[in-house]
Amino acid sequence: MKYWKGIEELDNSPEFAKNAFAEFPDFLPVKESRAGDAEDTSVAPRRDFLKLMGFGVAAATLAACEAPVRKAIPYLNKPEEVDPTISNFYASTYFTGSDYNAVLVKNRDGRPIKLEGNPESPVTRGGLSARAQAAILSLYDGGRLQHFMAKGKKVDFEEADRAIRAGLNSATGKITIVSPTIISPSTKRAIAAFAGSHRNVEHVMYDVNSASGLLQANGGVLPAYDFSRANVIVSLGADFLGTWISPVEYSRQYITNRKVRSDGPAKPTMSRHYQFETALSLSGSNADIRVPVKPSQMAAVVLALYGAIVGGGAVPTLTPAINEKIKTAAAELQNNRGASLVVAGSNDPAVQSLVAAINQSLGNVGTTVDLTNPSYVRQGDDARMAQFVRDLNNGAISAVFFYNANPVYNHPLGAQIKAGIAKAALSVSLNDRLDETGSLCQYQTPDSHWLESWNDYEPKRGFLSLAQPAITPIFKTRQGQESFLRWAGSNETYYNFLKAGWRNVLGANGFQAAWDKAVHDGVATGTALAVAPAFSSPVIGAAEAVSRLRNVTAAPAGTVELALYEKVGIGEGGVEANNPFLQELPDPISKATWGNYVAVPRAMAVANKWEQGDVLSVSAAGVAKPLNLPVLIQPGQADGTVSIAVGYGRMMAGRVGDNVGENAFPFAQVGKDGIVYTNAVTLKATGANSPIAQTQTHHTIMDRREVVQENTLAKYRENPKEVTEYERIATPEGLEKPSKVSLWQDYQYNDHHWGMAIDLNSCIGCGSCVIGCQTENNIAVVGKQQVINRREMHWMRIDRYYSSNAHKSDFDEKGKLDTYAAMEDPSDNPQVVFQPMLCQHCNHAPCETVCPVLATTHSSEGLNQMTYNRCVGTRYCANNCPYKVRRFNWFSYYSNEKFEDVNGHMFTDLGRMVLNPDVTVRARGVMEKCSFCVQRIQLGKLEAKKQKRRPLDGEVVAACAQSCPTEAILFGDMRDPSSRISKLLKREDGERAFHVLDSINVQPNVTYLTKIRNVEQSAFFPEEKPA
Amino acid sequence: MQHVSPVREPLVTSGKTYHDVTQDICYQVEAAPNVRWMGALAVALVLLGVFFYSVYRTLWYGIGEWGLNKTIGWAWDITNFVWWVGIGHAGTLISAVLLLFRQKWRSSINRAAEAMTIFAVICAAMFPVLHMGRPWLAFYVFPLQNTLGSLWANFNSPLLWDVFAISTYFTVSLVFWYTGLVPDFATIRDRAKGKIAKVSYSLLSFGWTGSAKHWSRYETVSLILAGVSTPLVLSVHTIVSMDFATSVVPGWHTTIFPPYFVAGAIFSGFAMVLTLMLITRVVFKLEDYITLEHIALMNKIMMTTGSIVGVAYITEFFIAWYSQVEYEQYCFINRATGPYWWAYASMMTCNVITPQLVWFRRVRYSILLTFILSIIVNIGMWFERFVIIVSSLHRDYLPSSWAMFSPTSIDVGVYVGTIGLFFTLFLLFAKFFPVINMAEVKTILKYTVNDGPTYGGTNDGSQSASRRNSPTPYSTPGVPASAPVNYDKHD
Repeated sequence: MKYWKGIEELDNSPEFAKNAFAEFPDFLPVKESRAGDAEDTSVAPRRDFLKLMGFGVAAATLAACEAPVRKAIPYLNKPEEVDPTISNFYASTYFTGSDYNAVLVKNRDGRPIKLEGNPESPVTRGGLSARAQAAILSLYDGGRLQHFMAKGKKVDFEEADRAIRAGLNSATGKITIVSPTIISPSTKRAIAAFAGSHRNVEHVMYDVNSASGLLQANGGVLPAYDFSRANVIVSLGADFLGTWISPVEYSRQYITNRKVRSDGPAKPTMSRHYQFETALSLSGSNADIRVPVKPSQMAAVVLALYGAIVGGGAVPTLTPAINEKIKTAAAELQNNRGASLVVAGSNDPAVQSLVAAINQSLGNVGTTVDLTNPSYVRQGDDARMAQFVRDLNNGAISAVFFYNANPVYNHPLGAQIKAGIAKAALSVSLNDRLDETGSLCQYQTPDSHWLESWNDYEPKRGFLSLAQPAITPIFKTRQGQESFLRWAGSNETYYNFLKAGWRNVLGANGFQAAWDKAVHDGVATGTALAVAPAFSSPVIGAAEAVSRLRNVTAAPAGTVELALYEKVGIGEGGVEANNPFLQELPDPISKATWGNYVAVPRAMAVANKWEQGDVLSVSAAGVAKPLNLPVLIQPGQADGTVSIAVGYGRMMAGRVGDNVGENAFPFAQVGKDGIVYTNAVTLKATGANSPIAQTQTHHTIMDRREVVQENTLAKYRENPKEVTEYERIATPEGLEKPSKVSLWQDYQYNDHHWGMAIDLNSCIGCGSCVIGCQTENNIAVVGKQQVINRREMHWMRIDRYYSSNAHKSDFDEKGKLDTYAAMEDPSDNPQVVFQPMLCQHCNHAPCETVCPVLATTHSSEGLNQMTYNRCVGTRYCANNCPYKVRRFNWFSYYSNEKFEDVNGHMFTDLGRMVLNPDVTVRARGVMEKCSFCVQRIQLGKLEAKKQKRRPLDGEVVAACAQSCPTEAILFGDMRDPSSRISKLLKREDGERAFHVLDSINVQPNVTYLTKIRNVEQSAFFPEEKPA
Repeated sequence: MQHVSPVREPLVTSGKTYHDVTQDICYQVEAAPNVRWMGALAVALVLLGVFFYSVYRTLWYGIGEWGLNKTIGWAWDITNFVWWVGIGHAGTLISAVLLLFRQKWRSSINRAAEAMTIFAVICAAMFPVLHMGRPWLAFYVFPLQNTLGSLWANFNSPLLWDVFAISTYFTVSLVFWYTGLVPDFATIRDRAKGKIAKVSYSLLSFGWTGSAKHWSRYETVSLILAGVSTPLVLSVHTIVSMDFATSVVPGWHTTIFPPYFVAGAIFSGFAMVLTLMLITRVVFKLEDYITLEHIALMNKIMMTTGSIVGVAYITEFFIAWYSQVEYEQYCFINRATGPYWWAYASMMTCNVITPQLVWFRRVRYSILLTFILSIIVNIGMWFERFVIIVSSLHRDYLPSSWAMFSPTSIDVGVYVGTIGLFFTLFLLFAKFFPVINMAEVKTILKYTVNDGPTYGGTNDGSQSASRRNSPTPYSTPGVPASAPVNYDKHD
């Protein structure tokens, strides 16, 4: 419908069209003063002048009155589904070349503000990794390239397409697409369509964290593992809970065998987890038995295990301690044939062949190892990538496309790629930013963010999932797949292209309904990817592998071996590097943020007189640039080895990520069987000192059983009522529960009483909850210096304690002072416990009484609330909090220019889109802390109220609990007797349920469940030594 | 002639007459500022500049300019606060408690001590305000009527008690101090020559005429205020100590804190009074009024309170052991042997060991040693508060949160700055206000009746040596005209 301005518009004469859009006509009919026309000069020009001036003034005035353009434009017509302030959830999928997560995107007023795990997914089952949690912030990353570019100039899509097509048509050599692993069937089809329309197209996939060896050993497929069916797990350097292949999926499986309860039909059991590794990883810290080994010993360990299980000759030389552990591991594996699992993180095909042979021999194939429905998340072939580098440098490639790949930065041969790109006649980057690789290309055609895109994924054969756009592209970017279709000469949208492909999956009958359901659920069953082996290299037979590994020469004595590893947060340092949430996510083990470091064992530091923070120069043969990184003394690090995380040292990631740490990728070696993530290095102290930003600087529990309780499985099986040591206080009537004696009146909770239970057995320490909480609650990022100053703002943190060799039982023998001093030092290979710590919402909260202005008070539902507006910032509450969970706004994190680099998303209109409108951004000078996600509680209550009922159990979930991949956190209403938390607390009362620091009688609403270890002796609280 | 007691040491030496007293004390107010005073003021003003700069940084950027962190929410700020409040204690003690106990020797030092109290409390009051994240909302702590519904001050909070304790203490001290000043202002007013001085001191003296009625009211008010102030000496630091004692932090949660803090406050207060007196008597040549006897007496009080504090330190250890509470025990072991052992050692040395030197008469009567000792005690008492606050907080319950504190330049700046503020105020006071209570000092001059009190004759602003030494002094039998008759106070 259209209203005409007048009859002229309907006629649409050329004259009208000319004037229609001009604010003013070309000229005003002013009578010109003409020379020689004496009569008029004195009169008419003056009047005209007045007319002109009058009009001019009026026009200027009117123009000045124009209202400024408001950024928030109300909808004229309300879009379907969108209600102001009501959030919608859309199913989508996160996959950025490493871990896969099915997600739900929380959309509020047209913009995605949070990601949550998609419980419908049979793969990740509602869990979400820390990286995926933080990915929402990358959508609003100002460091993304905001338009297409050609040779340094901004261009539009058509111009870029024209130029690229022209380049393609004149290509004589190979046309190569370099990408990380692509698990999207439709993307592969789009690339195939592109390949079909040009000659000589090859697609090279490479993985930064390569599993080439594993693929090769299994005939080109990546076995799907099922940790939930394994009673014995032996991991040879595979950090399957942290970074290896599909950590969220594995964590979920792993934990099913680790949760215990005493009311089951049988006595509780747990899996036994052995970990042989160099650096203390997340998996190693969760292992029951962890054995530190050097990278050069790994071959011998595999051989020894192979020898013990399959049988095969001489056992190579290893220390007796390691041999003994291998023997017990082998024995347990054999006792659990078909219900055990051996995995290895090595990229050596020989190692992986033996591991495959061990699993085969144990009868695990078909139970814990599935080769028929393999995983697809690693398809990279190191050999092909190496070939690509050679081709690029010898001019065989005339066009190269980098599709979300940044090999100049993250490939060991990055320097050669950097030199070679110029040799290709056409170079195009589809990377989302002008990164190390993209900036060397002639054309930049940035891919849209996955939250702006349609896509499909098949992480495992038979499991499909979809991504749908949750927002229109923020910048002038185009989906990579669509770009390939354009360059293939097709004008089809990728959406139609993808949907057409899905007809084969869902079937033509009732397609629309099935499609709608798939889009709604985000996941579907069916398969679209071929199982075809991507590998030409032959599978290495076990015999050959044995002989190859026998020939591995031991490193000469005194060699310092370097093991490279990925951080749980930063990963390979792609888009994550410019994500301040992930930069500030403490490493689960070292608790370090903002940068990498050299993790050294204590013995090495002592021998070389290195202190933590001393900067070392790390060099290796064949590596051009030594790294200057600070020392971090890491308990558990194998003797004679050091570890450095990759993913740091970006130079062109954006404001956040640039110059954080140093790039360790060049230290990886390109061997003939693929990339080797170890090296021999020389370390030299530079004399400089650079403090490491750790969120925890004291590492042992100091024998404070009241803080963390743990016990052994044997004890738990014997009597579950004896695993937790409950604190008693002395009263005239004898020892009593601390809550028996109180000066306080108890609160009455008539309606709800919110509570949380955290199972220390289930928590693996991954940090997903930390980021989930940060995105939900608009928690500021404070940057490296403020973390060094111990001022990080995380409401939810994960305390990590190492066990120590010293215990209180040594008091008599060694004296109190010496024992306490010794208790501060962790063991060389410690047991590790993780404890998520957040506001305990005490019923007798010490913070509440001391606030002079009543800014923190107790709610009628058991919450300890902060009234930010009322807070004057005395910090008394924080001092008086025994759990130290209160966080103070030392600065204006949203306006102080010091924080613009790290907390930039609170400074720009673009970044602020990510903020949760339900949660206030806290001002300078106020205290903040966990609110139990009160906004989610209110929403849940409101929804229930609208339906005139009580909220159902599970409807109200705090962000941390929602995010947890292992369901370690349970949130609910303790007033509701049928809620899971009520039942759990009832069941575990007197068994594993305990409150941290029970004796000070603050009566927390957060309950922890004692950790049970499948070990003979807890290193934290060993049984009293026999007299 | 001044009467000299055969048994007592005279409280004012050199045979001062009433006129000499007036003359000596008014001289400082009336004469042009001397160079040493100007030098001292210049230094104080520089430090005051540091104060303003540091406060500007704190207010403009936030408390993050200090070295605090998530574990240690208070450090130098509250250390300084308690330190200053403690220093403020001596003034009230000297003026009120010693008045009630009829300790005559207090007369020559009470004015300066009270001034010190007021300035110390002003410095102290800076910190509770500055340490707030949002000091512009500091008025929230007052139980004011507001439109925010049920929001009001929290009467459970010791910080709120602090607000009342400090403000009451400050008000009473100020009124007490000012009441004492009124007769002396009148004296200066009467002697003033300049117009501005005349007007100002007229205003300040509230129309004091020296009539018997005035004196009678003056005495009554002084006594009442002394009575009111005396419990305040105990209450203020008791309440300050409750900031810590009512908490759950190991090392804070201690019932011994109230007496321990009060003793510590008197201890540090006397140390500060000594520091100031020793400077003042040199700068303003008041050796005859602030005598070695004063110094020795104050040293004794300092030593006594120092020993009380020492006993308290040891008691804390005993209780930690006796209670068998893990956290309490660790807290004290950590205090003495942990990363902050040096602060603890400084505290022990300065507060417990060094003051024991006062047992030696030679130390007690040595001006130099007393001065050094007073400085040491001031340092020691600062460390005491630092030890209590920081060493308790930095390692409390959860080892994961254990942290260290290191001050920033702004922390130091605010602290040093308040010292500048204190000395600026004190120097201004010393120049423009009578630094010794003339009226009360005159009551402790001893005369035989016939030797009688003396008038000074014409006020020529100079101390005539000839008159003082003249063989026939003024000799007027009867009651002196301008000296108050206070029969209670005569020995």
